[in-house]
Amino acid sequence: MVAADSEGPSDPGVRMFRRQRSIPLRGSAAALSNNLSVLQLPVCNLTHFGVVHGPSAQLLSVAPEGVPLAQRQLHAKEGAGVSSPLITQVHWCALPFRVLLVLTSHRGIQMYESDGSVMVYWHALDSRDASPVQAMFARGIASCGHFICVGMWSGRVLVFDIPAKGPNIVLSEELAGHPTSVTDIASEPAQEQDCMADVVTADDSGLLCVWRSGPEFKLLTRIPGFGVPCTSVQLWKGIAAVGYGNGQVRLYETSTGALHVQINAHARAICALDLAPEVGKLLSAAEDTFVHIWKLSKRTESGCTEPSLPQVEHCHGECVPDTQVCGARFCDPSGSSFAVTGYDLAEILTFSSE
Amino acid sequence: MSVRALPLLFLNLGGEMLYILDQRLRAQNIPGDKARRVLHDIILTMFNKSFIEELLKPQELYSKKALRTIYDRLAHASIMKLNQASMDKLYDLMTMALKYQVLLCPRPKDVLLVTFNHLDTIKGLIQDNPALLHLVDETLRQLIEVYGGLSAGEFQLIRQTLLTFFQDLHIRVSLFLKDKVQNSNGRFVLPVSGPVPWGIEVPGLIRMFDNKGEEVRRVEFPHGGNYVTAPKEGSFEVYGDRVLKLGTNMYSVNRPVETHTSGTSKNLSSQAQQSIAPNPLAKEELNFLAKLMGGMEIKKTSGPEPGFRLNLFTTDEEEEQAALTRPEELSHEVVNIQATQDQQRNQELARIMGEFEVMDQPRWSASKGDDLLAMMDEL
Repeated sequence: MVAADSEGPSDPGVRMFRRQRSIPLRGSAAALSNNLSVLQLPVCNLTHFGVVHGPSAQLLSVAPEGVPLAQRQLHAKEGAGVSSPLITQVHWCALPFRVLLVLTSHRGIQMYESDGSVMVYWHALDSRDASPVQAMFARGIASCGHFICVGMWSGRVLVFDIPAKGPNIVLSEELAGHPTSVTDIASEPAQEQDCMADVVTADDSGLLCVWRSGPEFKLLTRIPGFGVPCTSVQLWKGIAAVGYGNGQVRLYETSTGALHVQINAHARAICALDLAPEVGKLLSAAEDTFVHIWKLSKRTESGCTEPSLPQVEHCHGECVPDTQVCGARFCDPSGSSFAVTGYDLAEILTFSSE
Repeated sequence: MSVRALPLLFLNLGGEMLYILDQRLRAQNIPGDKARRVLHDIILTMFNKSFIEELLKPQELYSKKALRTIYDRLAHASIMKLNQASMDKLYDLMTMALKYQVLLCPRPKDVLLVTFNHLDTIKGLIQDNPALLHLVDETLRQLIEVYGGLSAGEFQLIRQTLLTFFQDLHIRVSLFLKDKVQNSNGRFVLPVSGPVPWGIEVPGLIRMFDNKGEEVRRVEFPHGGNYVTAPKEGSFEVYGDRVLKLGTNMYSVNRPVETHTSGTSKNLSSQAQQSIAPNPLAKEELNFLAKLMGGMEIKKTSGPEPGFRLNLFTTDEEEEQAALTRPEELSHEVVNIQATQDQQRNQELARIMGEFEVMDQPRWSASKGDDLLAMMDEL
C-alpha cells in the first residue's frame, strides 16, 4: 500500500504524487516534531531545506529537479552547562523586509541571516528559571509581521521585535498563557475580515492560545486540550488546524474556539502539519509512516450570519515505508509537491504531482 | 533532552543483557549454580538501592561511552569475564534490541511497560532469592512513583531522547532479520496494520460539526493502513498483565541467541553485496560458546571461585584481532568483500567494532559518572 487517493472533486494535476529524487543529508534527521523547514525562493528557482540532526542542523540549497547546490551546518551555541546541547528546531521566518533563520536549542535561541552565514542574534535561556525536574529548551518558532515568536519549555512565549535590517533585535514581550512546554506556533497575515487573530500557540497539554499580535499581544481565546499533546499547528483564514499526539487533526474556529472538524487521521502521533495557504491545502505527517493531504474550505450555512464552517476533504495519502516521519512541508505555493524527513534517515524524500 | 530517560535506558539495556547471558549460559550447559551465581551477582549490582536512587534523580542521558563503561562493570560483577571485543558484541545486541523496542512502542508511555516486562522477567530469574526479589520490587515501586504522574507530553520527550541515543545505529541482528522485523539495510520494519495504540482511534473518519457543536456530517477516507482497535491497556501496577510483548525475553531454547551482528555501510552497492554473500560468522556463532565453555576446566578449590571468560567470537585469536583493528572513529567506509573468508571476517569485525562507537562530546561531568561507577566498585 503506497498511495491512497480519495474520490473527491476533480482537481486536475494535484492528486497523483510520484516519488522524486531524494536529497542526501550529511546527517540523519533527529526524532523531533516539525523537523523540516522549507524556504521557497521562486524568483531564483531555488528551494532551501533545513533539518535538525542533533547537536547540529543542516541547511541545503537545492535547484529544480532536486539537485543539491550548497549546504551548511549550524551548531547549537554551547553556553553554560555540562552537556553538548541539542537543537530542537530550525525554521525560516519570513518578515516584511527580510528572512531570518531561527534555531532553537537547549541553551537558547540563535537567529541568522537566511543563508545561515551570519548569526545576528543570540538569546540565552535564563538558567535562573531552571527547574531540576525539567529540561530547559526553546521550541516553537513563527514570524508574525515584524515579530518573531519563540516558545519555551516553561510555557512562556518570547516575542522579538525585528528591525528591517541589522542585528538590533529586541525582546519585546514575554507571553504567559501556557502551563506546560510550548510545542508549536503558527501565524498568518492579519485578515481583512473581522477575525483579528493572527497567532496561535500550542503546548504539551494540548491547550491552544489564540493571540492578536501588536506592540502588546492580546490573548483572544483559549481552546482547551484533552490530555493529549498538540504537536503541530497551522493557521488559515482564522481556522486553527491542529495535530495531536493521538493522531487526530482538528480544525477550530479561532474567533469562537469552536471545534468544527475532527479527523482520525493517523495511527500514531502527528509530527508535522503544513499549509499551502493560497490553495487551502493542508499536509499532515505522522510517526505511522503516512503523509496525508487535505483540502480546506469554508462554507457558510444557508441563511446563517455566523462564521462560515470549515470543511475538509481528503486528497491524497502517501506511505513512506518503514520510516518514522519527523518533518514534512509543501515545496511550492500550489501544494503540488512536498518533502518529508524521517528519523534516522539521511535524506529528504520529495514527492511531486506535476 | 528529557531528564527522566536514563533509568529507562539503563534498566532496559540491563534486562536485555541478562536475557542474552542467561540463554547462553543455559544453552552451554554451564552448571546451574555457577550460572545462577553470575546472574544473581549482576542483578544484585544492578538493583543496588543507592545505585537506583542515584539513577532515578532527574539528569541528562549519559554519553554512549559512559553507558558502555557501566555495562562493562556490570558484566564483570561476578565470576564471569568478557574481553573488550566480546563485550562490544554483547552491547551491539543489547542496544539494537532496545532500539527496536522503543521504536515499535505504540504509545510513548508504553516504554514504561517495556521496562516492566524486563523487570518481570528478571524476577523470574531470581524466584529462589527473596532478598533480590524485594530489591527488584522496590525498583518497580519507585519507577511507578517517578513515572506514574508524567504527562503524555513528557513521555513523548522521553521517547525522543531515547531515539536520539540510538540514532544512526543500523547493526543487523540475525534474529531480527529472520523474524523479518529488520530489513537487510538495518532499518526496522514499521507495520501499518494491527491494533492501534491504546487511546488512539482507527484512522479513516472525518467528523464535521456546526456552530452549536452538533455533528452534521461523517465522511470516511482511505487512510492506507489496515488497523483495528486496541484490545486492552497494559497494567502499570507492580503486578499485572502488561499486554505488550516488547521487552519480554525473545531468546529461548528453541530460539537461541544469535550473537551474529554485522554493520551496515552507507554505500548501497556494498549493502547489496552484504545481503548476497554468506556470512561466516553466522555459521559458527552457534558453536563458539559451546567450545569455550565445554573445554574449560572448572576447578573446585577452597579459595574464591575461579572465574571464567566468555568469548563471543570463535577463537581467542579472532577476538584479539577484532580488538586490535578497532578503528578510532565511526567508520562509514565501503567495505569490499574479499575473496578469503578470514579477511572478510576481520574486515566485518573491524566494521562492527567501529560501527557503533561514536566520538561524542561527553554529556556528563566527569564527577557525576565517576560517582556511579565508584558506587558500583564498592559493592
